[in-house]
Amino acid sequence: MSIAVESVKEIAAVPSFTVTLFVRRFDPEKDEEPKWQDFDVTVFGTDRVLDALHKIKWELDGSLTFRRSCAHGVCGSDAMRINGRNRLACKTLIKDLDITQPIYVEPIKGLKVEKDLVVDMNPFYQAYRDVKPFLIASDKPTAERIQSPEDRARFEDTTKCILCAACTTSCPVFWTDNQYFGPAAIVNAHRFIFDSRDEAAEVRLDILNDKEGVWRCRTTFNCTEACPRGIEVTKAIAEVKQAVLRGRR
Amino acid sequence: MSEVKVHHYQYDVVIVGAGGAGMRAAIEAGPHLKTAVISKLFPTRSHTGAAQGGMAAALANVEEDNWEWHTFDTVKGGDYLVDQDAAEILAKESVQAVIDLENMGLPFNRTPDGKIDQRRFGGHTRDHGKAPVRRSCYAADRTGHMILQTLYQNCVKLGIEFYNEFYVLDLVMNTVDGVERPAAVVAYELATGELHVFQGKSIVFATGGFGKIFKTTSNAHTLTGDGVGIIYRKGLPLEDMEFYQFHPTGLAGLGILLSEAARGEGAILRNASGERFMERYAPTIKDLAPRDMVARAMANEVREGRGAGPHKDYVLLDLTHLEPAVIDAKLPDITEFARTYLGVEPYTEPVPVFPTAHYAMGGIPTNIKAEVLRDNTTVVPGLYAAGECACVSVHGANRLGTNSLLDINVFGKRAGIYAVEYAKDAQFVDVPQDAIAETVKLIEHMRNATGTEKIAVIRKELQDTMDKNAQVYRTEESLNEALDKIKELRKRYEHIQVQDRGLRFNTDLLEAIELGFLLDLAEVLAYTARERRESRGGHFREDFETRNDEKFMVHSMAYKDGEDIKIGWKPVTITNYPPMERKY
Repeated sequence: MSIAVESVKEIAAVPSFTVTLFVRRFDPEKDEEPKWQDFDVTVFGTDRVLDALHKIKWELDGSLTFRRSCAHGVCGSDAMRINGRNRLACKTLIKDLDITQPIYVEPIKGLKVEKDLVVDMNPFYQAYRDVKPFLIASDKPTAERIQSPEDRARFEDTTKCILCAACTTSCPVFWTDNQYFGPAAIVNAHRFIFDSRDEAAEVRLDILNDKEGVWRCRTTFNCTEACPRGIEVTKAIAEVKQAVLRGRR
Repeated sequence: MSEVKVHHYQYDVVIVGAGGAGMRAAIEAGPHLKTAVISKLFPTRSHTGAAQGGMAAALANVEEDNWEWHTFDTVKGGDYLVDQDAAEILAKESVQAVIDLENMGLPFNRTPDGKIDQRRFGGHTRDHGKAPVRRSCYAADRTGHMILQTLYQNCVKLGIEFYNEFYVLDLVMNTVDGVERPAAVVAYELATGELHVFQGKSIVFATGGFGKIFKTTSNAHTLTGDGVGIIYRKGLPLEDMEFYQFHPTGLAGLGILLSEAARGEGAILRNASGERFMERYAPTIKDLAPRDMVARAMANEVREGRGAGPHKDYVLLDLTHLEPAVIDAKLPDITEFARTYLGVEPYTEPVPVFPTAHYAMGGIPTNIKAEVLRDNTTVVPGLYAAGECACVSVHGANRLGTNSLLDINVFGKRAGIYAVEYAKDAQFVDVPQDAIAETVKLIEHMRNATGTEKIAVIRKELQDTMDKNAQVYRTEESLNEALDKIKELRKRYEHIQVQDRGLRFNTDLLEAIELGFLLDLAEVLAYTARERRESRGGHFREDFETRNDEKFMVHSMAYKDGEDIKIGWKPVTITNYPPMERKY
């Protein structure tokens, strides 16, 4: 298997090269303020930013702290700000960045930094839970419910959310007002508001008609650009706004 | 040395792990008894979310099917090492398991008339092997993601209590009336470095797999087998650890999974000359043969010089004859993986693939009520296990695709039901005064470890030796080489270096502890693989190429015996299907 690794690297036709990473560090037990620290690492053409962070942690400085798990863009652990843009470190190939310049890696914005790239996600999760992100139906089915492919397609896009917070923490409104539900919570409300099996759309629309709800969105599209799952976040928010005004159909 | 802060809790049911099995158990337990779920990760980060292709159930929504055919396929797919009573339950309860999920809100793909759609998957056949059958219920190629999200959504709905980023390090046992029972688990809170003791009447382990003992794997970085390792260190047995599944289609060199659903939808494996080589290995169902056979066939093509690429070291997964619209609707994620990570466009180019370490068939032995066993037959009262960490055994020597998402739902639910049944009439077991002494010692040792050995170096050498010596092809010699190497690494592990001395979010310390579990489980795997001198399912011995039912129609049971491993054997439960040769 080790041979396979080498060959893929050759196919990619990108030999190893050295990049400089500037990583935003903060140790709550030692530091008053966050600071930048730079590391030079040798990487390959198929390496992602996550691989570079692992190299630093495993070879240079074991105290570098970040969350990660699946390493291929489905678990949502490693959203961070890379060269000023929110991305998943495991989905960002280093060769796709401008490697003649240092790569800047910092925590996502608007949530309290706990240590290095780790932020307190609890306010984010709370906003998600506050929109009632679960199916509410009064029927007690004994078999599968029937749902047409068209009805199913109506909310397909927003089922893809992995709760990585890349969208919410790219939103300028969220940066200045932490009370705002934020794009991810609205996306997860959308997923149920437009599910034909659900009966509580009005309840969620009431929640999002609040002053910290959908009307805070100023349609900057940062969220859509940031979403690593390709969800049309801004469009989903717009659909929820429409539903508040005219009902969900 | 700083004084470690310790917190204490009491719950009727304590569930360790918040993946599919753990949350499915919580949904059963939560409404009835005081329940806590403790997880190393935020629940939706669990690796259930990475499962792609589907969940098997004989709904017969699109063509004739029934649970008996599913049982047979599971038994045959597992090369007859499956406990047939458990396989029957898996297949019978599959229909309700899918209905449960649909009713909870899972957005399955639908047929034109609005029913749950179904597709083909490896080893699932109509009428005992006659032809592939559409049995896999799915949601595009993110079925696991949908299951994980739906289960978490329902846990939120039910108000289940979670302790996230709490790393369980020990299971505390105590003897009551001459019977050893679980009393509590001890967890390390990643955010603070503080310890938490969760006393529980019933304790459920749903801690997932340990793919990180291998280098090339589809598994997450966090899949280090902590739960399985804790059970082993308690002196309880591990069953069938030699049976590890290598999924045929990992992205070459990276190991990232490309779902078998690709082949279910019609994709074809080809060698360098473009030949559909599976026609030679499994003439009836070809590319949809069980995973162990396909993985070996691929490795064999490469060994015999028919591999593709400049080093002839992978084969090709060809989707180019599929309509782009079909690919977009049914396989969107995996085709994006090929684009993102290898720069290959699956509409027009075949994708380089090679087997990747994927799934542990073995694990913590349980009966059909998910109760953990301390030997071949005796139950540990109050202790349960479900999901990949457990071995019921429904997967035997090789798991069929889509049976693991089914397993976590059927046996996760059972673990929840029986944990409640037990806890209702049980008393808490006393936690001994010195219960956490060992854990405190371990953490303090690691936090202050000033050796010269790097965690990442030892881990890499372990993964290298496992890939080289204990993968698709194994021999007495290769397994001895692995065992010798692991012994050497264990010695070096005693002189490990941890650089982060902090209390808060100390992931350096966490990785050091995880490595200990990886070493334990790799050793058990290599040891049991050496002792099973036959070939069966996912375990293939080049020096013993055939299945030997006379000697090895038994499960292995590995026990920790001081620094050594003691092996026992446990009979396979056979109900309706006497062992036959496995041909497809």
